[in-house]
Amino acid sequence: MYNVNEKGYYGKFGGAYIPEMLYPNVEELRQNYLKIMAETAFQKEFQQLLKEYVGRPTPLYFAKRFSEKYKTKIYLKREDLCHTGAHKVNNTIGQILMAKRLGKNRIIAETGAGQHGVATATVCALMGLECIVYMGAIDIERQAPNVARMKMLGATVVPATSGSKTLKDATNEAIRDWINNPTNTHYIIGSVVGPHPYPDMVARFQSVISEEIKTQLQEKENRDAPDYVVACVGGGSNAAGAYYHYLDNPDVGIIAVEAAGKGVDSGESAATSALGKPGIIHGSKTLLMQTADGQITEPHSISAGLDYPGVGPMHAHLYASGRGEFISVTDAAAMQAGLQLCKLEGIIPAIETSHALAIFETRKFKSEAIVVINLSGRGDKDLSTYIDYFNL
Amino acid sequence: MNRIQEKLQENKKLLSIYFTAGYPTIEDTAPIIEALENNGVDMVEIGLPFSDPLADGPTIQASSTQALKNGMTTHKLFEQLEGIREKISIPLIIMGYFNPVLQYGVENFCKKCQEIGIDGLILPDLPLAEYQEHYQAIFEKHGVAIIFLITPQTSDARIRELDAASTGFIYMVSRASVTGSQKGFGEEQTNYFNRIAAMELKNPQIIGFGINNKETFQTATRRAKGAIIGSAFIKMITEQGIAGIPRFVKSIR
Ligand SMILES: Cc1ncc(COP(=O)(O)O)c(C=O)c1O
Repeated sequence: MYNVNEKGYYGKFGGAYIPEMLYPNVEELRQNYLKIMAETAFQKEFQQLLKEYVGRPTPLYFAKRFSEKYKTKIYLKREDLCHTGAHKVNNTIGQILMAKRLGKNRIIAETGAGQHGVATATVCALMGLECIVYMGAIDIERQAPNVARMKMLGATVVPATSGSKTLKDATNEAIRDWINNPTNTHYIIGSVVGPHPYPDMVARFQSVISEEIKTQLQEKENRDAPDYVVACVGGGSNAAGAYYHYLDNPDVGIIAVEAAGKGVDSGESAATSALGKPGIIHGSKTLLMQTADGQITEPHSISAGLDYPGVGPMHAHLYASGRGEFISVTDAAAMQAGLQLCKLEGIIPAIETSHALAIFETRKFKSEAIVVINLSGRGDKDLSTYIDYFNL
Repeated sequence: MNRIQEKLQENKKLLSIYFTAGYPTIEDTAPIIEALENNGVDMVEIGLPFSDPLADGPTIQASSTQALKNGMTTHKLFEQLEGIREKISIPLIIMGYFNPVLQYGVENFCKKCQEIGIDGLILPDLPLAEYQEHYQAIFEKHGVAIIFLITPQTSDARIRELDAASTGFIYMVSRASVTGSQKGFGEEQTNYFNRIAAMELKNPQIIGFGINNKETFQTATRRAKGAIIGSAFIKMITEQGIAGIPRFVKSIR
C-alpha cells in the first residue's frame, strides 16, 4: 500500500517527469533494476560488501541515559558507524554494482552534506570507475572536510553556482551532465528522489536498515517491531530504509523529522510537508516548496543534507495518506539536541540526525514505548558548524 | 487547419526563434515577437521562465533567472500576450517546464492559449504517457498542439509513438546535450538527420539545440523542414537588444 506501484507512483506521487534526452537511460534502468537486484550473484556481492566493507550489521544500541532523560525506551540504529560515516554508502554500494552490470564506466552524483559524495567517491575508488560529484558552492564551504575526502578518493568535485548553490542546484547540474553524457554514464542519486525507478531502487538498497532492526529488536525485546521509528528526512533515504519493513504494520508509528530552519514561517525553512504543495522537482511529482506560480523556492537549513525543497514521493504519500507523522525542528533545537547526545551518550551526531533527536523535547512518548531513532550519520563533517555555533 | 500546420505547408525552410519571455527587460516580450515577425522569422517559441531549467545550458538558465527577477510570471505573460493576434500572424508556441503549467492548471493554461491564439506547447519534461493518460483530451478540446522531442538516442519504436502523439511538428534535438552547445554538427548528426528523414514521419521535423549560425542552420535544414535558434539568439539580444534582430535574422539566411 505504501510501496511503489507498477506505474512508478506512491499514491498520487512519483512518476518520471524527465525530458526525452534522459528517457533511454531511465528506461534502461527501469527495465533492469529489479531483475538485476534479484540475481543471486548480485545479492551475494552486495551482501558481502555490506558486511565486510561497510561493516554491517550496524548495532542497535539502547541509549540508557538518553532514555532516562526522556522517560521512554530509546534505541539508536547506528548508521553513523558505517564505513564513510553515514547510511549513504548502503545505496552507493548497491548502485555501483548496478552501474557495472549496466556496462557504465563513468559515475556522476550530487551531494549536499558531502556524505553521499564521499560514499560515491569511495565505491568508485573501490571499483576503479571515474567519479564526478556536483556540490553546491555554499555546501563546499560548510562541509569542507568531505570535499577534501572526495578529492583524496580520486573524485572530481564540481561546484554548482546557480540558484541557492545547495543540494537542489547540485542535482540540477548532475542531471545536465547526464543529458550531456547519455551512453557511458550512470547517475548515482543519493536519496529516494528523482524519476522512477530511483526512489524505489534507493529505498530497497537502504531497506537493510529496517531488516536489521527487526532481527536486533527481536533479540533484545522479544518482538521485531518498535512502537515508533524516527528518522530525519532530507530527500528521505535513511528514513525510507528505517521505515521500509514496517510500512504495512499499522502498530508501528512512523515519524519523519524535517528541517524547519529558522522556523516554519520564517521564510528560511526546509519543512517541505508543512510548506509544500504537489509539484515536480527533479523528475518526480511530490511535495515541493514553490511559489503560487510554480517556481521552486530556495530552502534553508543549517544542515546541508536537509536543505532541499522537496521530499521523495514515498514520503509525500506517507504524509498525504496520514500514515506518517511529520514534525519539523529548527536549526537551534537541532543543534542543542546534537550537543546533548554528545554529553549523554558520547556520540557526536551529524546535524541532519540531530533534527531527529530533537523531537523528544516536544513529542512525548509513554514510558514503556519502544522508540527507534535512525542515527543516520556521525558529526565529524559538521565540526566547524558545531564549533562556530557553540563557540567551542 | 491551424497556424502551425499552415506554416509547415509553405514551400520553404522555416526559421524559428526561441526567446525567454520577460528578458532582457520585463516589457520586451511582445516587442521581440513583433520584431521577429517583421524581419521574416517563421515561428516563435516563447520561453516561459522556470527556476530550475534542467535541460538548459548557462545562457538560457541566466536569461530565465533574470526574467524571474524582472517579475515574469505565467499570469504576467498571458497579460502581455493579450491582443497579440491583432498584430502577429506567425505561429506562436509556448515552451516551458511542466511545473508552472501544472500549478496554473493544465485546463486553464490551454484555455488561455486558445483565447490568446497560442498555437501549441512544448513541455520537455511532460512525459508522453502522462500526456496521453491525463492531458491529451484537454489539449484537443482547446485546439492546442503538442510537440514532442526526440534525440539521437531515441529508438525507432519510440519515435513512432512520439510522432503519432505530436500534433504540429517533431522537435528534433540535434545531439545529446543541454541547450547552447557550441560543438557544431558532425557525422553523428548527419547520420541522425538522414535516419529520421528516411523514417517518413507523419509530422515534419524541426531541429533545435546547437544551431547558432548560417552553417548549422543550413546543415540542419538540408533534410528537416526547419530549425530553431535559442541560446545564440539570447546571447545576441543580451548584447544588442531588440535593435540587433534585423541583422541577426539576415546573418542566418
Ligand atoms: C547523516 C545524514 N543524514 C541524513 C541525510 C539526509 O538524506 P536522506 O533524507 O536521504 O536520508 C544526509 C544527507 O546528506 C546525511 O548525510
